[in-house]
Amino acid sequence: MTIDQSLPSQRVSDLIDITAGEISREIFVDEAIHKQELENLFPRAWLFVGHASQVPNPGDYFSSWMGSDPVLLTRDDRGEIYVLLNSCRHRGMKVCRYDEGNTMQFTCPYHAWSYSIDGSLVDVPGDLHGVPHLKSAYQGQLEKAKWGLVRCPRVHNYKGLVFATWDEQAPDFLDYVGDFHWWLDNLADAFDGTEGGTEVFHGVLKWRIKSNWKFVSENFLGDTYHGASTHASVEAVGIGPGGKGKRRHGERQNQGGFSKGRMKTSFRLGHGASDNLDYELPYPEFAEPELTEYFEHAWNKRAEKLRAEGRPLGGRGPATMFPNMSFAAGFPRSILVAHPISPTETEVWRWFLVDKDAPDFVREWLRQYYMRYGGPAGMTEQDDMENWDYATNASRGVVARRYPYNYQQGLDREQPSELDRAVHSDHAIAGEVNARAFYRRWAEYVDNLSQQELTERAQVDERIDRIKERQAKSAAELEGQA
Amino acid sequence: MSTLTHEQGKPQLVNESGLSKPQLRELLADVSDFLYREADLLDERRYTEWLELLDDDYRYSVPLRMNVPFADVADNENTKLGAEVCWFDEPKSTVEFRVTQLMTGVHWAEEPVSRVSHLLTNLRLTRVDLPEVEISGRFLVYRNRVSDETDILVGRRRDVLRRAGDDWKVVRRTLLLDQSVLLAKNLSIFI
Ligand code: FES
Ligand SMILES: [Fe+2]
Repeated sequence: MTIDQSLPSQRVSDLIDITAGEISREIFVDEAIHKQELENLFPRAWLFVGHASQVPNPGDYFSSWMGSDPVLLTRDDRGEIYVLLNSCRHRGMKVCRYDEGNTMQFTCPYHAWSYSIDGSLVDVPGDLHGVPHLKSAYQGQLEKAKWGLVRCPRVHNYKGLVFATWDEQAPDFLDYVGDFHWWLDNLADAFDGTEGGTEVFHGVLKWRIKSNWKFVSENFLGDTYHGASTHASVEAVGIGPGGKGKRRHGERQNQGGFSKGRMKTSFRLGHGASDNLDYELPYPEFAEPELTEYFEHAWNKRAEKLRAEGRPLGGRGPATMFPNMSFAAGFPRSILVAHPISPTETEVWRWFLVDKDAPDFVREWLRQYYMRYGGPAGMTEQDDMENWDYATNASRGVVARRYPYNYQQGLDREQPSELDRAVHSDHAIAGEVNARAFYRRWAEYVDNLSQQELTERAQVDERIDRIKERQAKSAAELEGQA
Repeated sequence: MSTLTHEQGKPQLVNESGLSKPQLRELLADVSDFLYREADLLDERRYTEWLELLDDDYRYSVPLRMNVPFADVADNENTKLGAEVCWFDEPKSTVEFRVTQLMTGVHWAEEPVSRVSHLLTNLRLTRVDLPEVEISGRFLVYRNRVSDETDILVGRRRDVLRRAGDDWKVVRRTLLLDQSVLLAKNLSIFI
């Protein structure tokens, strides 16, 4: 192990040895590294901002965060979605301190500059419209077009999931996600496969944890290894669709021949999922027959649609889209964003999704299930936070920092994938291939490689070459024995 | 089902049962004593006994609080019970799930157990319609765990109690927690 522990390090990539499967604790606790993350990673990556169903009408807005910056997700009078920096151009006042609402104009409380999202008043939504004493204060010289709310230059609405990046040079959203989009599809499409047929329940859970944000991303990226221990208590209770004695996610007891076996999926681009597309897990059997019937119908409809498109039915996660949006597209179906506050503090937001056309009894069952499952009051997630917080806490010590974390599960046992620049784990539950790829990508961003370099680095996935070498070697060995 | 509605902010006592002032004072003392006993059971983690104080149609609700303009407070300050995402909005069966989890000994969020104190204050009767009474108040729930992890949860509460023999049962509990972003890492205790 040759991780250089002397800080400040010039390059965070020196703290990550994915060949040996060792990662320095510094990246989870160090102030300077955290600052580099805020500078080099968050403003250059595509981040999840909110759901289009949160701003259905002209003038609707939703307050969100992108890394260290507060933003407003807005819809203008033409129905277009915008992401605006929520900070006045005059002296920086947060122009909107409401969580959500409807307005065609944000008026700054400090000196009353006002910004309009009405296309009949300004050229671009968010532009400066009203300035008190414009003539006398600025002799009419103020170039209003230059002093609008900073508008996020790149916004992508993917089936209702709204992503944005500050970086003009960033790759297109679809290139940024690559084949990982299949998981986003399963998240955004309705249970019966209807494209983009989902909306979010009103009410976003928001809470602070004393943990590094990467613990959260890594947890959903593919750490299914923690479930048996961390979630033993909730599993003993039976909070899932089947009730007592059944699993909390609702897996049926006999998945048998239906499933081709679960593997994790790791993308060179940093994204990761706890499953693979061929892992076709049907919807649960519920304690209530009418729910079983409803979801069976939805599953069959989706199966028919996807089979006709030649698509496998798996890929429900849990998964993390690099860097800080995590989600599960099954039971529960939910989005989480880990907003970085400091190296040892994170604000977690959780949204819950439901089919737009779900009948009331399905909607209410899901609402109850989501609330008892996830978020700070959720019987599953409570125990996750205990781990993330105290893992962060006990990694801060001077001596603790000298010893790296172990990421060696499934090292050099990755399996090939049909997906673009992706590999699978060789084990359903163990396997830290996703985390290794995530941190490699993380280091490339935090070390501030240019967007062009970032794209070039991810052009090839040398893990695939190593799998081929390994396969060739073992074939040769077999031949030698024969 | 409870016959009492559960709206917020009723300033005046609604005295459907026509009790006299001394009777109301005695009633307030009685239900207050009940709520203090109940809080003791919770803080002492005597969950099995505590569950017996909840009626079968018990409902435990804690909506999310949001930052809204003054004009929208009445309509939009809290998420809607029965329809939207809340911290809690659940029947007794879910509360029983939580108790089962707390008693497994492997519920890491509460292992080692937290030190918890439920303080109740500003208690007053808001509706008397025997055998049910509605009582409003404030709560302060203090939690300290491990070493320096300390949470203080404060807000308003409204309980509906129902006469059961010599004693009472809780039918409905709605809490308004005075935080929009929860500053505690979890809500693994009953508020
Ligand atoms: S800070 Fe907004 S108008 Fe001055
Ligand atoms: Fe977990």
